[in-house]
Amino acid sequence: MTTSLPDQPRIGLFVTCLVDLFRPSIGFAAVKLLEGAGCIVEAPLAQVCCGQPAYNSGDRADAREIARQVIESFDKYDYIVAPSGSCAGMLRKHYPALFEDEPDMAERAAAFALRCYELIAFLTDVLRVSAVHAKFSGSVTYHDSCSSLREMGTAAQPRTLLRTVEGLTLVEADQQDICCGFGGTFSVKYPDISNAMVSAKTAALAETGADLVAGGDLGCLMNIAGKLAREGSSMRVRHIAEILAGELDAPPIASRR
Amino acid sequence: MQPSSSNFKPNAAAALADSTLQRALAKARSGFQSKRARARSELPEFDALCEQAKDIKNHTLAHLDLYLEIFEQKVTESGGRVHWARTPEQARKLILGICKEAGAHTITKGKSMVAEEIALNPALEAAGFQPVETDLGEYIVQIRKEVPSHIIAPAFHLTREQVEADFRRTHLDLDKDRSLTKPEELVAEARGILRDKFVKADVGITGANFLVAETGSSVIVTNEGNADLTHLLPRVHIVLTTIEKLVPNLSDVSGILRVLARSATGQDISMYTTFMTGPRRPGDPDGPEAYHVVLLDNGRSEMLGAEFQDMLRCIRCGSCINHCPVYGAVGGHAYGWVYPGPMGAVLTPSLIGVHEAGHLPNASSFCGRCEAVCPMKIPLPKMMRHWREREFEQGESPRIQRMSIKAWSWLARRPQLYRRVMGPLIGLLGEWGKRRGNFRWLPMAGQWLKHRDLAAPAGRSFHELWQLEQNRRIREADIRR
Amino acid sequence: MSSQSDRDAIIGAIRKNLGARGDEPGRRGRVRTRIERSPNGIIPERAGYDLAERIDQFTASLKSQGVTVEEVENLKALPGAIATILAEFNLPAQLRHGDDPLLATLDWSDTLIETQTGAAHLDDATSLSRAVTATAETGTLVLTSGTNNPSTLNFLPETHLVVLMTRDLCGSYEEAWDRIRAIYGRGNLPSTVNYVSGPSASADIEQTLVRGAHGPKRLAVFLVAEK
Repeated sequence: MTTSLPDQPRIGLFVTCLVDLFRPSIGFAAVKLLEGAGCIVEAPLAQVCCGQPAYNSGDRADAREIARQVIESFDKYDYIVAPSGSCAGMLRKHYPALFEDEPDMAERAAAFALRCYELIAFLTDVLRVSAVHAKFSGSVTYHDSCSSLREMGTAAQPRTLLRTVEGLTLVEADQQDICCGFGGTFSVKYPDISNAMVSAKTAALAETGADLVAGGDLGCLMNIAGKLAREGSSMRVRHIAEILAGELDAPPIASRR
Repeated sequence: MQPSSSNFKPNAAAALADSTLQRALAKARSGFQSKRARARSELPEFDALCEQAKDIKNHTLAHLDLYLEIFEQKVTESGGRVHWARTPEQARKLILGICKEAGAHTITKGKSMVAEEIALNPALEAAGFQPVETDLGEYIVQIRKEVPSHIIAPAFHLTREQVEADFRRTHLDLDKDRSLTKPEELVAEARGILRDKFVKADVGITGANFLVAETGSSVIVTNEGNADLTHLLPRVHIVLTTIEKLVPNLSDVSGILRVLARSATGQDISMYTTFMTGPRRPGDPDGPEAYHVVLLDNGRSEMLGAEFQDMLRCIRCGSCINHCPVYGAVGGHAYGWVYPGPMGAVLTPSLIGVHEAGHLPNASSFCGRCEAVCPMKIPLPKMMRHWREREFEQGESPRIQRMSIKAWSWLARRPQLYRRVMGPLIGLLGEWGKRRGNFRWLPMAGQWLKHRDLAAPAGRSFHELWQLEQNRRIREADIRR
Repeated sequence: MSSQSDRDAIIGAIRKNLGARGDEPGRRGRVRTRIERSPNGIIPERAGYDLAERIDQFTASLKSQGVTVEEVENLKALPGAIATILAEFNLPAQLRHGDDPLLATLDWSDTLIETQTGAAHLDDATSLSRAVTATAETGTLVLTSGTNNPSTLNFLPETHLVVLMTRDLCGSYEEAWDRIRAIYGRGNLPSTVNYVSGPSASADIEQTLVRGAHGPKRLAVFLVAEK
């Protein structure tokens, strides 16, 4: 969308249920990045989940009601931003399809969808952020989540910003475009297959020799970090927002420190 | 074949534990991916050609009745015969009838997934015929009494050592001192054995990659040339195919051929592409004397005009299979029927029912790689989701799963209640998991914890902390004022 | 053997699900136009614009598949070129070809080659065919069945030699089809049309490409420049 940007865009932060429950530091890092770029950020209390668990389990009716509620709570903002390619993808790509039988609502959902963004792509593509003021000493490899990569077309943006972090060396892993095996409910419905996939992923990540894996989706990161922890790996895992915001107080994901 | 798709989970577990299979899969999967990527990068028009191919098929499907009528007329004009079969049973009966009439004994076959779909070989054998698969991979799985594990590479699941053992076991005249360790030696051995069968065959049966309405031709694509010898040498050639293989004209075939091999094996074009139009003409020194096309429906007409119509664009290139991480982990046999991988996850429930094949559209992380590499732009994840919706509506999905989803969704629509329930829970878990930062054991998280640890929550939710932060900011502003 | 009723049931189900009757003038018209005109779609640039480009692309594509490509000045020089290749391949000086008038004019007397005509025999080591046309974009020979060039010659012998007159080389598949339509009439094809883009091959064992599966192990193409 190329409408002119308000001086101080009002952002509704879609926190995502995983960030809310497991790792608030990602939400605060997102707020810091957005406010740093001149936004007013609010996180309405009337939000829980984007509806993906229901939608991907075939429960279209519940997914639709959740979508209705999210649209209702967030419609007043200039932009809706989520620190997750997967949840942002749900809002942007799938909400309109949920209301095929309700023309009015479908239209509203379509207009709403155009204002929904994944955090990093929003920073670079809409807010035109080209560098961050953060430090990290060590090498980092970036894990593309499938939703960010294929649904939202985000691949260059996170790498561009990571390269501007002082002291950070970016290294690329092999097989970057292959799923880590999370897939929401997939990981618990088909644990053995999911395990084969995440094992291949952690092997490819370990191959880079990086100190840390960064990514934009907490679901993938909990999967990867959980596997690395089980394998006894010393590789750390963090959400990219924490690194870009220089918010490293919370211990790495699934780790003590 | 008898489906075993409802056993997907145990099938998959066995596949994951099979180290020989895992070795074969590891060798095979990366090659297809890099070859396709290279072929695509070498043809600047590739993406546009995919769009065009999609349009060609969409147009054909929207006029399928008319193109089928023209196709039938053209086949008849060229001296061939078209037979229509609604069900696998009818198709088998038609083919058995043609083979009996021809007084056949040996029947050579080109690789045909439709023949697998209708379980043709067992029917031919039961009727006293000797069907011989001539595609090398298909021949190997035939002598192993298996079924293909991949739609374009039937022996994808096997290592060369396994093939050598099978040849030594079944080729009784084989000198035991002869070396059969290299692929070229194995191919030479199969060539010798099959050459003899080609010559003996009375009837040849092949599938078709495309049917061309303009000329009444069946098009078949191979690298080995086996389909050509199956077509040219026996007295009778039967093309067993399905109604959605139609395209309007030779320009349309040309357009789609440009993306077929590139998507499948990463070749610019396969070694042989053959357009077969009727039997040999008067005076021709070779070619079949009789030419039959058996057109099978088997549920495809019911996919038209409905949510699964897009699947009928599929040209069976196997690209989705080659790029699927789930297929790459478990191989094709775990899927339990003819069509594996993402295309199978969508097609199989249409053909054998979602009750039997319900696992297949669920066994996907929705990573979307299949759709990204599909030359026909088939929205495979979307259609897998449609199947999940049908299962959910019909109560086919597991009850416990449905109840949990319902409960979560109910709670997700009540944010205040949700926070009252979740707040204490994550507080407790946060405290409990603080020391390690993760859990190795937790009640009700067994499936997750089977293979990986669970990150411990921070202890307080974002929203709780955000309220505190808001209050702090207000106080700060007050003080400044 | 199949009854009219199965045919009608299938066509009927298609119409019902498409919401069509089959006699709509619009639909019928679109289909007729598409069959009669066969409009060309996107033609890749690699199909080439002029003859030199096409020869380069054609030759490069075939060579990448392990095919021997020889440019020959005229038909008179062809038997000698073939004899050289047979010697190079260490093959007996024998070959079989069909009744193609162009091949019939070849004078083999300066070579030791014995020629026979007709469809392929099982013990033929080498065959010679004339491609009716070919396309540069993928290095694809187009061969048509009949007494002139029996199709079994393309598959049974271990070595397949193909003559292509440079004037018959097209850029794209579509262009090649136009030539075939000009020969056989629109809507008609001989029993078999083969696209041959390399020697027979299989990658069915561990995805390793092996040449010489069921068809020829070797393919050699003679590109004859004569007008």
